[in-house]
Amino acid sequence: MRFTILGLWFAVATFAQVQANSEGHKLYQFHCAFCHGKGDDGMAANLVTPNLVHAPTDSSLLNIIRNGIPGTDMPPALGMSEDEMVKLAGYVRSLGRTAPTSIAGNATKGKALYMGKGGCAGCHMVQGAGGRMGPDLTLIGAMRSPSNLRTSVVDPSASMVGGWTMVHVTLKTGTKVHGIRLNEDNFYISLRDGKGKMQTVAKADATKIDRDITKSSMPSYEKVFTSDEMTDLIAYLFSLRGAL
Amino acid sequence: MNLTVKYLFLLTTSLVFAQAPGDWLHFQGNQQGHRYSALKQIDKTNIAKLKPAWTMQLDKTDKFEASPIARDGVLFVSEPPSDVTAVESRSGKVLWKYKRVLPDNVPFCCGKVNRGVAILGDLIFIGTLDAHLVALDAATGNVVWDVAVADYKKGYSSTVAPLIVKDKVIIGSAGGEFGVKGYIAAYEAKTGKEAWRLWTVPSEGDKATETWLGDSYKQGSATTWVTGSYDPELNTIYWGTGNPGPDWKGDKRAGDNLYSDSLLAIDADSGKMKWYFQFTPHDVHDWDATQVPVLVDEMWNGKMRKLVLFANRNAFYYVLDRTTGEYLLGKQYVRQTWAQPELDAKGRPTRLPNTFPTATGNTVYPNSPGATNFQAPSYSPLSKLHYVMTRDEGGVFYSGDDTYKEGSWYLAGRFVSKPGEEATGAIKAIEPKTGKSKWEYPMSAPSWSGVLSTAGGLVFAATADGDMIALDDTTGKLLWRYPMGGKAFANPISYVAADGKQHIAIACGHALFSFSVE
Repeated sequence: MRFTILGLWFAVATFAQVQANSEGHKLYQFHCAFCHGKGDDGMAANLVTPNLVHAPTDSSLLNIIRNGIPGTDMPPALGMSEDEMVKLAGYVRSLGRTAPTSIAGNATKGKALYMGKGGCAGCHMVQGAGGRMGPDLTLIGAMRSPSNLRTSVVDPSASMVGGWTMVHVTLKTGTKVHGIRLNEDNFYISLRDGKGKMQTVAKADATKIDRDITKSSMPSYEKVFTSDEMTDLIAYLFSLRGAL
Repeated sequence: MNLTVKYLFLLTTSLVFAQAPGDWLHFQGNQQGHRYSALKQIDKTNIAKLKPAWTMQLDKTDKFEASPIARDGVLFVSEPPSDVTAVESRSGKVLWKYKRVLPDNVPFCCGKVNRGVAILGDLIFIGTLDAHLVALDAATGNVVWDVAVADYKKGYSSTVAPLIVKDKVIIGSAGGEFGVKGYIAAYEAKTGKEAWRLWTVPSEGDKATETWLGDSYKQGSATTWVTGSYDPELNTIYWGTGNPGPDWKGDKRAGDNLYSDSLLAIDADSGKMKWYFQFTPHDVHDWDATQVPVLVDEMWNGKMRKLVLFANRNAFYYVLDRTTGEYLLGKQYVRQTWAQPELDAKGRPTRLPNTFPTATGNTVYPNSPGATNFQAPSYSPLSKLHYVMTRDEGGVFYSGDDTYKEGSWYLAGRFVSKPGEEATGAIKAIEPKTGKSKWEYPMSAPSWSGVLSTAGGLVFAATADGDMIALDDTTGKLLWRYPMGGKAFANPISYVAADGKQHIAIACGHALFSFSVE
């Protein structure tokens, strides 16, 4: 067993240099491109990154190709031999090896804009510091392409991610509570307000529940920043790759 | 225990078991697909006292979709992927386990799941993910026989709970996303010898191949992954078939694509098709007609008729004459935008323009998972209502190009939920005569649980988030609930345990729950 794993690792490492028109590329086109696009322009996770969040190691990447990711839309790839899976994994890794680690713009200036003029830290955390009303951005540069990041800043409602729906609940007592929806079923709705307070309301105690399904609670920053500032901000966001 | 006492105990218990309607011997409780329990210890007056009697945890995390069989104080339940567990039904204590070792790379579209076992005499039957049918000794779990029904390497699998018809085990196929050729097959229960097999797509030389462009019927799918029903008087099996392959692009298989998305009436002895009724000709949205056919005898326009009720994934509710297959009623019961709201005189839908999947995406209601799916329905002879777990959701359908490769996905497209909307659902209590709901119990999210009705005047189901609920069968009013704390993908049953108490059981999350009144 151990030999098999070592063998697979070696094969992945070897194929990591392979790019277009390889067998791995053909397998990618057949099995993956429908959701992942060219790697960084699909509806599914960005693969053009050196650090795949769900697959930090070659064996974990092979495991995901073989079994999918339970609880997500990522299915297991069937009809592929072990050899083909290794070639596909090699191709996926090669996408990340050629990924840019820096882009146009000044990330240092971008960070100042993030902390200052943009006030981004009021809602987002990076490495444990910041607000809680939006997604944690510690790894955002490893998960999103620069164009995706730009869309998120310019038109947040066009690139909403699950789990960040703002809800507004009016209770029978007249009290109104607002927050990010953490859970909802037939009987309860749970939310977290701007101060981080988590509460669960029985629907039977509410007179009205509004959900911002299509509208992000984040405003557009298109007119807040100049073109150069926006480029700097994106450069900063793209540099956020955690401690990796 | 001395011999006399032991003898008396055995005599007493066997009498209790023989007399009690407390067993649940088929996937749907009976062969007619009712999922109705004649037990009425639990009723509207004591439902508030219903409590968990026991919970049995699984040691795996795949979806738990099984509906147990109950007999003589023992539950037989399949566990994912293709295992069987016998559980003492009063205490929840495990009596034996059968664990199947599966080969690598078994094909499955939607999780390593199984929906239940069947029982006849001393044998328990399970269809497995590697497309075998296995008979186990009910007392030990030992394998009595094990036959390959199809070749898993070609994309076949089995997830359906088999149906017992006389001395045969009827089993369906899965693999509709892999371009297989669907079938319903019968095996001799004692020996495992194949008795007959009905292919659900035509073979070369068959006139029905003309409903497929070229030889596209060879990858026609039409699989049969939800348990059908049986009418002993007519000696006829009724079984629904799934989508044509590939799922989302129909150009290469132009035509009606028989016998996909159809209800088949099959002679139980010969396996010959008596009639078929196709609900969705040339389906391009993956709307399998793999719902449970519900067989009832009711007055219809002043005449007693043998009916089959069918709440379809395509958002229409159908009533057919089950002797002849004659179309009697078709009524939209969930939001849909793909067909004219009225079906034609023979029950054929009139498709609206621009509703096919496209390269850039086309929005249609219902979404691919449909108006209902594998959630088992229930029919109560008391209320004469057909209880159906429904979904309300739009989908964006994309077509793509796929080349058929044996054993591999064959989809030619995909779908996503309509952005900007949250799917909802409801339990609908449908009056078969009109196809209209007498009442609806709304769900904040669509549930994958089936429905059980009982002689206690209750309807049981689980919400999407695992709240077990009991409703009044005539009004839909919520009478009781219990949060089970997991996602529900299974169907409730009712049985009597060794202490004579009525229980309600359902799989939820990764556990089997059993409830009784204290």
